[in-house]
Amino acid sequence: MRILVIAEHDNKSLKSCSLPVVTAASELGGEIDMLIAGHNAADAAAQAAKISGVKRILHCDAPLYERGLAENLAQLVASLSADYSHILAPASFFGKNVTPRIAALLDRQQISDITAIHDAKSFTRPIYAGNAFETVEISETPVILTVRPTAFDATPEQAESAAITALPPAEDTDLSAFVSRALTKSDRPDLANAAIVISGGRGLGSGENFKDLLEPLADSLGAAIGASRAAVDAGYVPNDYQVGQTGKIVAPNLYIAVGISGAVQHLAGMKDSKIIVAINKDEDAPIFQIADYGLVGDLFQLLPELRAALDNSA
Amino acid sequence: MKILVPIKRVIDAYVTIRVKADQTGVENANVKMSVNPFCEIAVEEAIRLKEAGKATEVIVVSAGNAATQESLRAALAMGADRAILIETDQELQPLAIAKLLKAVAEKEQAGLVILGKQSIDGDHNQTGQMLAGLLGWGQATFASSLTLENDRATVTREIDGGLETLSLKLPAIITADLRLNEPRYASLPNIMKAKQKPLDRLNPDALGVDVTPRYKTLRVSEPPPRKPGVKVESAAALVEKLRGEAKII
Ligand SMILES: Cc1cc2nc3c(=O)[nH]c(=O)nc-3n(C[C@H](O)[C@H](O)[C@H](O)COP(=O)(O)OP(=O)(O)OC[C@H]3O[C@@H](n4cnc5c(N)ncnc54)[C@H](O)[C@@H]3O)c2cc1C
Repeated sequence: MRILVIAEHDNKSLKSCSLPVVTAASELGGEIDMLIAGHNAADAAAQAAKISGVKRILHCDAPLYERGLAENLAQLVASLSADYSHILAPASFFGKNVTPRIAALLDRQQISDITAIHDAKSFTRPIYAGNAFETVEISETPVILTVRPTAFDATPEQAESAAITALPPAEDTDLSAFVSRALTKSDRPDLANAAIVISGGRGLGSGENFKDLLEPLADSLGAAIGASRAAVDAGYVPNDYQVGQTGKIVAPNLYIAVGISGAVQHLAGMKDSKIIVAINKDEDAPIFQIADYGLVGDLFQLLPELRAALDNSA
Repeated sequence: MKILVPIKRVIDAYVTIRVKADQTGVENANVKMSVNPFCEIAVEEAIRLKEAGKATEVIVVSAGNAATQESLRAALAMGADRAILIETDQELQPLAIAKLLKAVAEKEQAGLVILGKQSIDGDHNQTGQMLAGLLGWGQATFASSLTLENDRATVTREIDGGLETLSLKLPAIITADLRLNEPRYASLPNIMKAKQKPLDRLNPDALGVDVTPRYKTLRVSEPPPRKPGVKVESAAALVEKLRGEAKII
């Protein structure tokens, strides 16, 4: 059995969500190849070669892969697929975009967002915003999977580097072209892998309040900042802060929800966090049903108090 | 240019989901059904493009049982011109749906297909991308803005770190994210008018598509429960718990 993992990277370095995918691949059992398709991506390939359990890096370097456009990447992966029993990618926005296209090119039914592997053919995945889990069995090869990164541990590094094999590019499909990218700049930890996440909801009332009340707390805790959909829709914070069924899935050691009611669509993105703290003035808010520690009260009073308490006992 | 908008009928987003005791699925008897919220956004976008003179016709299509026509009527009431029901009682998995849609897109010679980015029941997030692959068209998923000009679509899409803009050759596939638009409510006169709009019926056999499921669902189970929490009295007490009991900060 050989397994192909499609790495997510920005040419310079590997995205951390690629690591749990290798762990999932190891659970399947078999030789693991990792594909780095990019442009001037030698650094990302070298980094990938150090992941424990990876046997071989397939490095395909050409301008048409620089931005990870789904059409070209899917074409390339489809051309490699005959060698593999399983093809895996992270269930990140990147993986969600490209993997179903690969599956369609191969006439295969993808299994999305798996959170557990039972054997090489059966997997568990959340449905209905995580209000239920389905265990499915599929008997075709290759099996096409996207893996929920928070459900598997990150793979460690290995001492010896895997071999890097250069691959020729596939044909340019010329169906789409990259125009621009506007990435949110932040010195804080990345939301998807931060140990602590503090999220604000509609209760924050404005972008200024995020800045004045949440950011200092995030800084004292070394936390990433997240948000509910309502806070994003109101324009308090950028879209990539959204946690939930249709935003990011996070599972930090500590998740602090401030002024968030706890709609199922929000819970879907954070209820696997180790410890959940909720701060809300409504003691009946559903968020308290899943919180380990609940603090009922006005966030405008409680957040400064919390900051003071943190500084005091530090 | 014709715009095709595939839609799905799902359990309403605000219904509490209950897993059946025999673990074969979730309770769906007598629960409120609605058009998948992301599909409504797709319908809205297509109607706006037609209103702006960028499209000639908006066709909505759905695959499902006979009751699915209610959802199609809801989209017609929003302003779509006509509807196609691909009627079947079979369980439909995303690849099968994408194949049905490919047949319809080709039959109708659609110039653009707009879908929701995911349906809130299966949460697969696959159909649009699969359809794009099957048709050999360009794709822009998770769209938060869309403009059409000179036979190309310019699409801003939501990605992990922020936003990305792509330019696609037409015909193309767009999948809608939450912030693409806010769907309108259908007015009463438009709901009445929708009853007269054409709704054609097809079925998988007539389209020559094999919809046999590819995976088997072994069981559907409840999520693991969380242990009940406690309320704390003050910010200071919270910090003490986090330091002393949870040892997390
Ligand atoms: C298809 C679909 C997909 C969705 N996807 C997502 C998703 O991915 N992520 C997501 O988050 N949501 C998502 N939603 C939206 C979700 O249903 C909720 O509407 C949203 O999460 C609500 O955000 P909120 O909790 O910030 O706002 P609200 O529900 O309005 O809650 C605000 C809370 O703040 C509290 N509050 C107000 N003022 C104060 C104060 N001064 N002090 C303390 N507490 C205060 C209130 O008591 C209230 O509980 C989705 C919805 C749909 C239909």
